[in-house]
Amino acid sequence: MTSSLRLRAAIVSIALFAAFIGVWHIATRGTGAVASMSPEYARLMGLTATAGKSAMPGPLDVGAKLWEHLQRPFYDNGPNDKGLGIQLGYSIARVGLGYLLAVIVAIPLGFLIGMSPLINRALDPFIQILKPISPLAWMPLALYTIKDSGLSAIFVIFICSVWPMLLNTAFGVAAVRKEWINVARTLEVGTLRRAFTVILPAAAPTILTGMRISIGIAWLVIVAAEMLVGGTGIGYFVWNEWNNLSITNVIIAILLIGMVGMLLDQILARFTRMVTFPE
Amino acid sequence: MTEKFISIEAIAKRYPGAGGGEIAVFENLWLSMQRGEFGCVIGHSGCGKTTVLNILAGLDAPSAGAVIVDGQAIEGTSLDRAVIFQSHALLPWRTVLGNVAYAVTSKWRDWDRARVRAHAQTFIDLVGLTGAEHKRPSELSGGMKQRVGIARALSITPKIMLMDEPFSALDALTRGTLQDEVRRICLETGQTAFMITHDVDEAIYLADRIFLMTNGPAAVLAEIVENPLPKDRGRTDLHRHPYYYAVRNHIVDFLVSRSKSFATDTPGHDPRNVPVVRIGKPELVIASVADGPLQETKQASWPGLSRPSTSS
Ligand SMILES: Nc1ncnc2c1ncn2[C@@H]1O[C@H](COP(=O)(O)OP(=O)(O)OP(=O)(O)O)[C@@H](O)[C@H]1O
Ligand SMILES: [Mg+2]
Repeated sequence: MTSSLRLRAAIVSIALFAAFIGVWHIATRGTGAVASMSPEYARLMGLTATAGKSAMPGPLDVGAKLWEHLQRPFYDNGPNDKGLGIQLGYSIARVGLGYLLAVIVAIPLGFLIGMSPLINRALDPFIQILKPISPLAWMPLALYTIKDSGLSAIFVIFICSVWPMLLNTAFGVAAVRKEWINVARTLEVGTLRRAFTVILPAAAPTILTGMRISIGIAWLVIVAAEMLVGGTGIGYFVWNEWNNLSITNVIIAILLIGMVGMLLDQILARFTRMVTFPE
Repeated sequence: MTEKFISIEAIAKRYPGAGGGEIAVFENLWLSMQRGEFGCVIGHSGCGKTTVLNILAGLDAPSAGAVIVDGQAIEGTSLDRAVIFQSHALLPWRTVLGNVAYAVTSKWRDWDRARVRAHAQTFIDLVGLTGAEHKRPSELSGGMKQRVGIARALSITPKIMLMDEPFSALDALTRGTLQDEVRRICLETGQTAFMITHDVDEAIYLADRIFLMTNGPAAVLAEIVENPLPKDRGRTDLHRHPYYYAVRNHIVDFLVSRSKSFATDTPGHDPRNVPVVRIGKPELVIASVADGPLQETKQASWPGLSRPSTSS
């Protein structure tokens, strides 16, 4: 029953994909020679004018270009011409570093907030004000104080991924079932051991949900941040190809950003499942 | 042995009330138990039974008064007092063995893995869960979960077992088997046990003495019913015992008609000297028991098989 549903869903997905590619192809294909013009003029104008070809690349152009990129993802011909693999690698490394820093800060702090009502109240106003600030608004301040564009991007990733983790950890820790705490209390389990053997496993699904939200936000923000700081990364690549008017490359980059985002999300989803136990 | 093993002395529990004042769940409550005794508390929902048990466990502190166990006032929880929780409270990320082993390592921190495992296994076998050691709580039935809870409580070899309606969520058949097991284990190990229940038959089957509490707020311990049934009683032929209906009717009568108006009906009630009811031995009944020990006429209205539940 479920397997047949999955099969039918897959068929519909493939059909939708094929229809999309078909429409895309038809909408962007050339209409043949439109007007007679002198060969020199035609060479100047390019296919757009001579064959009625749309300025938008078709699926075949994108496919061919993608194949070309996949052949050599890691080439490096100087600052403005690097393989997509390298660009994605830079972005993932920045996200990874900023995210890791956020984990190191948010989880212990979230624990503290969740376990101590005093600290919860004391930090609440700061969190409430800092949380809604767009991470990119920090960029000028980061550039000014850190004086390094790469580190600034990492800082922006840190600041945007810290909040969901912090709030989810605090919530998860505070919402641990009272009876589990009582079990630890009746067994005279010390505070530290209780934190690791009862509170952490009990709050883990909530904490990981926060981490999953964070990685999604971090991946959204890195593209924008790299457009601002420039130099390397997939965000910079998109901007650079826009300046080169290479829509094909922009489309390829968009596709890859989506794929990597999905991958990151799936990894965190798998971790979440690993620590979630039904009662 | 007449010395008091557990002595609850003048405890009170108050919560801040709506109008700035305080609402007392109970005031000046006294209760004592001997070593090896099985006590059951019966009372309507909300009268403060769980509160008493939590204070006894050390999970909750009384607003006034003290609890003395084995000659020492208690301060907080202790590994000497194990709690079997109503909702079993198993850690879902640990297996059956892991849950029991967690308790064992908490008590004996320097034990190595093999020793902890062997000790935990003994108690898993004791409650009849051999073969299910590596299952997680979600893979167990309600009765099996409660067995793990019992194994966990017993594995730390406590001096006192505290049980808050341990079987109320189970079907009648499972409940019966677990009652048998708890009774057997308590008799074999000489445990002192304090149990809350809403089930009159369960109390009669398990308890040596049954504590009757009036309705809250300001609940009091109204009577202590001594169980006239012999120590070696069977669950299935309980109702054949000549005193069975007398005890049962007395308790049900209390719950149905007297628990609500007890305070107004009995103005001279002394919380330090709660009347002890000895059913079937009329010469020993203390005079302050209003209804007398046995009323044959009431028997018909409570046919032996029905089980009036006192929970709301
Ligand atoms: N945190 C609290 N604040 C205010 N009142 C409370 C609080 N906890 C318990 N109470 C009150 O204390 C009374 C006794 O509660 P308790 O849980 O001990 O009842 P109980 O006899 O165990 O009931 P049940 O049979 O339903 O389990 C209740 O009337 C409840 O409203
Ligand atoms: Mg209760």
